[in-house]
Amino acid sequence: MDFFFIIASAVKIFGFTFLVVLPLVAYSTYAERRVSAVLQDRVGPNRVGIPATLFGFKKDLKLFGLIQPLADGVKGLLKEDFTPAHVRKSFYWMAPAFTAAPAFVSLCVIPFGSAVTIFGYEIKMVIADIGVGPLFIFAIASLSVYGITLAGWASNSKYPFFGGVRSCAQMISYEIALGLSVIPVLLFFGKLNLSDIVTYQAANGWLLLPLWNENGTLIHEAYWQTSLQQWLLLLPMGISFFVFTTSIFAETNRMPFDLPECETELVGGYHTEYSSMKFALFFMGEYAAMIVGSALIVTIFLGGWSLGFGLDSALLQTSEGDWKWYAGLIHMGAFLAKTVAFIIFFIWVRWTVPRFRYDQLMKLGWVVFFELALFNIFLAALIIAAPHIGLLNTFLFGIPALVITALLMFFITKANEVRRKAKIT
Amino acid sequence: MAIVKVKRPKLYWYEHLYLPAILKGLIITLKHAIASLRGKAQGGKELASSGLGVTMQYPEQKWDAQLPEYYRGVPALVTDEQKRERCVSCQLCEFICPPKAITIMPGEIQSEDPWAKVEKAPQKFDIDMIRCIYCGMCEEVCPEQAIFLRQDYAMTGVSRLEMVNDKDRLYEIGGIREGLVNKWNELK
Repeated sequence: MDFFFIIASAVKIFGFTFLVVLPLVAYSTYAERRVSAVLQDRVGPNRVGIPATLFGFKKDLKLFGLIQPLADGVKGLLKEDFTPAHVRKSFYWMAPAFTAAPAFVSLCVIPFGSAVTIFGYEIKMVIADIGVGPLFIFAIASLSVYGITLAGWASNSKYPFFGGVRSCAQMISYEIALGLSVIPVLLFFGKLNLSDIVTYQAANGWLLLPLWNENGTLIHEAYWQTSLQQWLLLLPMGISFFVFTTSIFAETNRMPFDLPECETELVGGYHTEYSSMKFALFFMGEYAAMIVGSALIVTIFLGGWSLGFGLDSALLQTSEGDWKWYAGLIHMGAFLAKTVAFIIFFIWVRWTVPRFRYDQLMKLGWVVFFELALFNIFLAALIIAAPHIGLLNTFLFGIPALVITALLMFFITKANEVRRKAKIT
Repeated sequence: MAIVKVKRPKLYWYEHLYLPAILKGLIITLKHAIASLRGKAQGGKELASSGLGVTMQYPEQKWDAQLPEYYRGVPALVTDEQKRERCVSCQLCEFICPPKAITIMPGEIQSEDPWAKVEKAPQKFDIDMIRCIYCGMCEEVCPEQAIFLRQDYAMTGVSRLEMVNDKDRLYEIGGIREGLVNKWNELK
């Protein structure tokens, strides 16, 4: 058993990291360029294909430019890896690895499919099935701020330093909103194991799409009798989703919040002094973080690998409630499709929304999202507790308490505003 | 100029949320994407686009038909309808050329030639296309209407030597140009 477990884990690590995520990183750079081009009425890279003429064929194969990431990689490796004389070498060399590694490590708790049974052993389609899933991701993913800050500091040059400091402040600020916004979700599930969260969602409806539960879908009467709480929870979960997604944008330094990188203010950003493959590693880390972010959002809010709409139990389960043998593959496909769709959403937002000013970014994080997420916790708690404490207590104590909380948040925010204005004049 | 104080517009509460504006933006970009993928990007037809967006795919599609008359491409020497080479190797273009791309070796026209009274014609005439900046000063300065900037723009070569247009090549590119002032003809 143990031996089998080790083999299975090794296969999962190798397959998931090297055959799925790394190509996904490469191709999300390609997708970024193609999608942005299409959004802006351009073409994007469509030339790089298989250079068949080099081998004596008549025509090159263009393949819609799908070989572009490979060409970029080769370019990165062949370029001169220049280390300026004024940098702090050890940190300068460590920084790119510090940015890229945490993103890949945090992938290990994301369930990418339902359990598959091979030779009588049940294999869970997650590399590390641990009971602290989201916490692990927050803990590891926030380490990537070290990479960026170290890159800025080790470059020993003023603009990269600004970039590093900005990134540091931004990531720490949004970590709070990120952590608080996910609490309602954890309150509802009562556990932190991402595999269990997804399994629950497959049976009881996604958090953002409560169109079915264990008692059936929209057409069943039993569903309507039991789905009130699901629908009520849609409000706090919607707020959670919004705050969480926006914070992920900020955490991954993506467009509306890409303050650490800026050509006009910072001559590039924290990676100004980097070249060739070290620079490419920063890039890879950024895109890997984006993939982890998308996968996490899909896992928590959009039902992970489940097909949804009650299709999982109807199509892929045997009458005893076990998964059919091909269910795992279909689930992996569903998870990949959802994640890719979310990555494209990331790209779409990046090429639509103009970037924030730094003070707006900080205000959004500390004044808006912090309060909103905090209020959201109370709201979700009340909805979850309502069936236990009874209708009377809910209306008598719960809702007034909620209103008082909301007013308190609002006035704290306002007071902050007024004091600042007074200081300026 | 009087100072105009611009008041910040007062935003409604839903405008303060910024979300409707962001949603509007997302819809606009999505519309562009769909139009682009359907080959109906705005202005695509006028710009003779390749079908995706408004971009033309260069080597396969070319802009030649739409080039304006005044386009400044490769400079070349011309002969007139009497097959006379018009350059008299006065070297004005050589002197005016800002990047010093032109090198002329003046030569004499033999006395038995029907155009012997012109006296001079270039023995060698090289334009280094690596140096040429397509400014058109040579055309402007030429008193003999002998050098013109053509509409060709795709000058390529694999060595520096290949990029130097010699006299034969220049006449080949320039060809025969009609309707010039033939000041060396006999007055009738």
